[in-house]
Amino acid sequence: MEWTPLILSRIQFAFTISFHIIFPSFTIGLAAWLTVLEALHLVTGRPAYRTVFEFWLKIFGVAFGLGVVSGVVMAFEFGTNWSELSRMSGPIQGPLLSYETFTAFFLEASFFGILLFGRPRVPPWFYLFSTAMVALGTTFSAFWIMVNNSWMQVPVGYAMVKGQFVPTDWAAILFSPVVWVRFPHMLLASYLTGASCVAATGAWYLLRGKYHAEARIMLRMGLFLAAVLVPAQLFFGHLVGDYVHDKQPAKFAAIEGRWHDEQPASEVLIALPDEAEQTNHFAISIPVLGSLIGSMSFTAKEVGLTDFAPQDRPPVAIPFFAFRIMVGCGILMLFLAWYGSYLRVKERLEETRWMLWAIFLGFPLPWIAILTGWFTAEVGRQPWTVYGVLRTADAVTPFLTVREATISLVVFGTLYSFIFAFGILYIYRLLRMGPSGRLIEPPVDAVPNRPMSVVDHRAPSTAPAGERA
Amino acid sequence: MILFWVAVLAISILLYVLLDGFDLGVGILFGTTRDEERRSAMLSAVAPVWDGNETWLIVTGVVLWGAFPPVYATLLSAFYLPLLLMLAGLILRGVAFEYRHRAEHARWIWDIAFAGGSLVAAFVQGLTVGALVEGLPIVNGRYAGGDFGWLSPFAVLCGLGLCLGYALLGACWLVKKCEGKTRDAAYRLIPRLAIGLLVFLVVVFVYALAAHLEVMGRWLQRPYLVVFPLVGAIAMARLAHGLLWRRDGVPFAMAALTFAAAFGTLAISFWPYMIPFSITIDEAAAPHASLAFMFWGEGLFVFPLMLIYAAINYRVFRGKVRPDAGHY
Repeated sequence: MEWTPLILSRIQFAFTISFHIIFPSFTIGLAAWLTVLEALHLVTGRPAYRTVFEFWLKIFGVAFGLGVVSGVVMAFEFGTNWSELSRMSGPIQGPLLSYETFTAFFLEASFFGILLFGRPRVPPWFYLFSTAMVALGTTFSAFWIMVNNSWMQVPVGYAMVKGQFVPTDWAAILFSPVVWVRFPHMLLASYLTGASCVAATGAWYLLRGKYHAEARIMLRMGLFLAAVLVPAQLFFGHLVGDYVHDKQPAKFAAIEGRWHDEQPASEVLIALPDEAEQTNHFAISIPVLGSLIGSMSFTAKEVGLTDFAPQDRPPVAIPFFAFRIMVGCGILMLFLAWYGSYLRVKERLEETRWMLWAIFLGFPLPWIAILTGWFTAEVGRQPWTVYGVLRTADAVTPFLTVREATISLVVFGTLYSFIFAFGILYIYRLLRMGPSGRLIEPPVDAVPNRPMSVVDHRAPSTAPAGERA
Repeated sequence: MILFWVAVLAISILLYVLLDGFDLGVGILFGTTRDEERRSAMLSAVAPVWDGNETWLIVTGVVLWGAFPPVYATLLSAFYLPLLLMLAGLILRGVAFEYRHRAEHARWIWDIAFAGGSLVAAFVQGLTVGALVEGLPIVNGRYAGGDFGWLSPFAVLCGLGLCLGYALLGACWLVKKCEGKTRDAAYRLIPRLAIGLLVFLVVVFVYALAAHLEVMGRWLQRPYLVVFPLVGAIAMARLAHGLLWRRDGVPFAMAALTFAAAFGTLAISFWPYMIPFSITIDEAAAPHASLAFMFWGEGLFVFPLMLIYAAINYRVFRGKVRPDAGHY
């Protein structure tokens, strides 16, 4: 492969946004779960809910902070590396992403501050309301991102005027059917991330024989929530597949590993796609299932990749395998959530240590699914940036040099590894320390937009004196 | 509608320069001392506000993209390497706040990251303004200067100048927020920084005259522009006055006013260009449908709320910082 500014920019964008998505996908789910916890605390009055809430609020603070830091880069990267895209689609993508920014800041500025420091100063119902508003804010943030990306997947509501995408129908853009299957798909993925991390942490504490009351709450709520959400997610995943089938047939064919038209079409479960030979090796397929999945019919014709000119085809290997990894993670999560919930109902979960281990070690599954799902969506959209209208090769900054692109890729790679290694280590330490039973005491001088500052005010027994001198 | 978004943009940039200006300046001054007590006081003086200050940079970025896409596309891609440096600097100094006091053996890394990151970010911002004043090579609405087309003695000079300027703002902020030896040290620094800044301004002026920069022509065409430097000069005089009488609140207000005057001078001398002297505001503005869509939500409601919130934040944080609030 030749290292062009285009491929370097694509790698850089993929790297920075993959790093970024780790944090918001976690905090969106966590915010919703915090709202549920606070509501339960208000209704039942059980102190354990409060302890669990305070504990996860600290984790939320750190993850939110890391999400903001890695998000700043995204606000600039469109202009630096994709100047032709931002010039042409600025009238549509610019307003959408500016709404995202304004929403996120507004959320951070107002209700998140109350969450961190306002407990002693506001009535309980208002505290619950603030929690719900934070959850709503993170959800809005995700909404704008999904509107923006869905517009790039299936552009609607625009006219080309003097080389610019000019919005003609904002309602069509905001209420595009594609948005309303992909946005729930992303939202459910985030909720599953939250649920599985919470359940995994509970399982971990039980395995270590610590914090029994809190661990049981985490495990139970995490598992039950996942048990309901995974099937819903599979359903929305199917709807997303339907839109891809209808609007992006080349991507669909790549995901399916289907090279030639078939009628009725078989479904390739696993294979080794060979782009040079335009065929699959070692394929295991099920006859007719391809038509059933694609068109809900036993006889439908399904299109193959060779229907498209070679320059209009996406790469096959990445969407093909990424999709299968995503689905595999989903099936594993389904098993963990259902069997775990079954054991929990039968009151046998805590003795079944291998299952606790499986739940604990299963915490990365939703993240892997989210990343591979995005790889499928984004690589499958190639060679287009705005599907069918603007090619990625025409979207990149035309005068970008290999030297510039290499330098920035190396700088971001090094910087992110350095910064986030510390951040993740820090979250791990917080998790390991566990809910100490101490409640957050608002620092005297703290202000809301410094989420991480809360974490510093932990119980004195856990903070070595030398560190704080 | 276009004017509304020009105003939002101008307010965001000015707020960014004033607010992040002083905390970047404190970061620069942080590197000039090894005294742990002073360093600690410096951190406390900016810790609760710095990331709120930085949000104005991101607001500037997204408003620029939504309301003036060609400017966003042209400038960001033209300043590829400088922006990379700036982002790296801002990220490093940002996390240094969080990680510094947690480190036991590696604190020096975060000290360097904090001071160095602040210095680099300030320098790059000055550099880009300098390159803009001098005029970027733009052909057919696209930047055509190559990897280092922004690099010139004048741009570097402006980079150094902004470091001085931010350091001055930072010193004035320390006078306002601190007591004891941190404040005294800042008081000693202010005259030197102010004189340095004046020397810089004279050099820039002479350079602009000698190089026949297009900006100079505008100043001659628009004599009323002299109002802004005049305000700046009066502010500097009041600053000196406040310095003599040791009125802790005065220097910062006056330094900020000087910056606002400089910003006004630049903005009006660019007008009606957004990228001088090749892309005008009207050419750059997004279609009405885009501007209106932004106006009825974020422009009319969220932006004013953000301004109010920022004001409340500073009000909560008013007065001197307590020395024992060291690590927030």
